Amino acid sequence: MTFQIPKETAPGKIVEVVIGATTDQGGTRSHTVTIGGSTGLPFHFFESRPARRPAVAMEVFDTPPARFPDSLREFFQDVLDTPGEMALRCVREFGAELISVRLEGTHPEKGDRSADEAAGVVRDVLSAVSVPVIVTGHSHFEKINDVMKKVCEAAAGENCLINYVETNNYKTIAAACMAYRHCLVAQSPIDVNMAKQLSILLSDMSFPPERIVMDPLTSALGYGLEYTYSIMERIRCDGLAGDRMLAFPMLISPGSECSSVKEARALEKDYPSWGSEARRGAYWELATAMALLVAGADLLILYHPRVVGEIKKKIQEMFTPKEPS
Amino acid sequence: MALSGLDIFKLLPKTNCGDCGVPTCMAFAMKLAQKRAELAACPHASPEAKAALGAASEPPIRLVTIGRAAPLQVGEETVLFRHEKTFLHRTGIAIQLRTSDGDEKNASKIAAVEGYGVERVGESLRADLFFVTHDAGGMDVLLGILERARKHSTRGIVIDCDREETVKPALELLKDDRPAVFLRRPVTDGLIGLAKTHGASLILTGASFAELGEQSERARAAGLGHLLLNLAADDLGAQLQNNTILRRSAIKAGTKPFGHPLVSVLEGGDDLDLAARASALVCKYSSIIVLPEFDKALLYALLTLRQNIYTDPQKPIQVDAKIYAIGDPTPESPVFITTNFSLTYFIVSGEIENSGTSAHLVVCDTEGQSVLTAWAGGKFVPDKIAKFIGDIKLAEQVKTRKIVIPGFVAQISGELEEKLPGWHVIVGCREAADLPAFVKSVNLV
Repeated sequence: MTFQIPKETAPGKIVEVVIGATTDQGGTRSHTVTIGGSTGLPFHFFESRPARRPAVAMEVFDTPPARFPDSLREFFQDVLDTPGEMALRCVREFGAELISVRLEGTHPEKGDRSADEAAGVVRDVLSAVSVPVIVTGHSHFEKINDVMKKVCEAAAGENCLINYVETNNYKTIAAACMAYRHCLVAQSPIDVNMAKQLSILLSDMSFPPERIVMDPLTSALGYGLEYTYSIMERIRCDGLAGDRMLAFPMLISPGSECSSVKEARALEKDYPSWGSEARRGAYWELATAMALLVAGADLLILYHPRVVGEIKKKIQEMFTPKEPS
Repeated sequence: MALSGLDIFKLLPKTNCGDCGVPTCMAFAMKLAQKRAELAACPHASPEAKAALGAASEPPIRLVTIGRAAPLQVGEETVLFRHEKTFLHRTGIAIQLRTSDGDEKNASKIAAVEGYGVERVGESLRADLFFVTHDAGGMDVLLGILERARKHSTRGIVIDCDREETVKPALELLKDDRPAVFLRRPVTDGLIGLAKTHGASLILTGASFAELGEQSERARAAGLGHLLLNLAADDLGAQLQNNTILRRSAIKAGTKPFGHPLVSVLEGGDDLDLAARASALVCKYSSIIVLPEFDKALLYALLTLRQNIYTDPQKPIQVDAKIYAIGDPTPESPVFITTNFSLTYFIVSGEIENSGTSAHLVVCDTEGQSVLTAWAGGKFVPDKIAKFIGDIKLAEQVKTRKIVIPGFVAQISGELEEKLPGWHVIVGCREAADLPAFVKSVNLV
């Protein structure tokens, strides 16, 4: 049988975003991480050029999450309170390529830590590890605006990825990112049109496109994963088809989403058909991450050290171009 | 290639009898052209029409059924992305049994799979098939396991063996069970004949696209349409690439030899490697995935992923409208109210749980719409909410007379209070994520 592979090429290209800055570039990172750049769907190398591989980040906390599953606690128990040390373990032992610092403790109802304290935590992490850093906030607009302004200033030149702004609250943080040269996550609630609208709002501010990462909002497996999955496929298809307001790399957060669901914690003795709780949490996070990776994720924030190792292997397999058989 | 609606119309009886369930022949022709109907629905179609339409009206990917008591149907997919149109027939999950493992292990695996089911969103999720690999021992060992699986389970059976002299008695044993045979070597005329005689499907394994296509053409030419395909690959990236090329060829280029469901046998690798590969392949086009072991935790994740990916994106999944107990509520525990969009229910119930408070969650029937959509559409409005609260006799089940509504519908609080004499309506937070903080800051009982 003679067979011709049906190829489809797209006119668009996903923006390449560089996170982090080395000493030459005004920062203190040992290297930078570049994401994006694809000209086709993930692993479709029979019709598109190789792009940057998706990158894997792990997360540390200014205040340890109240309900951190035991299956994760065993890896971090002694360092959960010290973000710098936890970051170092994530990088050295578990292979994290970036570190996200989550500043949940600055939320007025979750500790109300000050902007200065938050900036201190970010500085601690920046000095503990040499990989690029993501700073992850929360939904209390007034407080997070204060916190991120301070963080952006304290980390000036490091080209961090500031996570996140949304349609109803973007100006202050975006301006701080522009002033102190950081990248920015544009988060939208599982909605292509709102994702596009936020990109337009940022572009109206003259925010540099090569510093925008989109977050389509991650839903965990069993908790609306299919919505995130399809929105990401649509965003990526539209971006490749030439819609420049959707042609940004995408960030997902399977770690935080999956660690808070019941399936990560419930014991097998209470739910016999759910199987071993020792492995279930990792499977949950892994299945979420794999599905969203094939849907187009470019940057993943993961929690489970074994999942990080496995996802890195699978990225290696999936994003190495190969000849069809 | 595909015929247009008008081409098809010319071949139909043009009597507009309506026997096919569509009022006119023209409308039926349009449906055939869109592959939303089958010619078999028309009892008056001429042999010429059948011949002409046969090839063109065949769905781009053939439907294949395996098993009798609890049959698995796969194939008939029409798109590459689930946002275009629903993925139709869910990926079948098969558990491997190996003759080399011995009777005892296989018997316990069969019992475990048969006894396994997990509830999610009102559905019982189960593994679908046994994949019986003849990797040691004589023919009698294989037949022994097949006999046990047949007797003690309702799951369909795939025989992993390609020696004709063994396949023959195996198919005779399973003659009423609609089994499938997995071939690791190229198909032979003998095997095609055996499959046809015994109503079995064949799973063809190819070394390349061209070679797999040749095998498929050969079986199809011999009149065997119940085929599945396996183009194995060195790693996950190559496997996803192969699956994508096969599916796209079948659907977009109409390459008939590739118009069959895809099978992936996962052997080797540790538990996370299996979980990662299986997850990606549920999303990207494997219609059957074979797992080497029975692991409940892995199955739960995969079956949930399959349920998610194969959900109709146009039709939100709903949960039953009723009162849900979150944690361990007593009649004094607080009452929250929301809609029956499954995602809303999951997120709200999860955040109430995260707050550490036990509560009653009243879920109203809004036809699966989220809070704001349901409110705008008149489905989550004071009249309807009050009626539902009366219908379920909430007042008899709880002692508290306070009820928390979602912050997004704060505007209905006054009217709802009027409709619910004796109740005090509290406006909750807008985002579910803020529930733990909200619960702490407000006196809810």
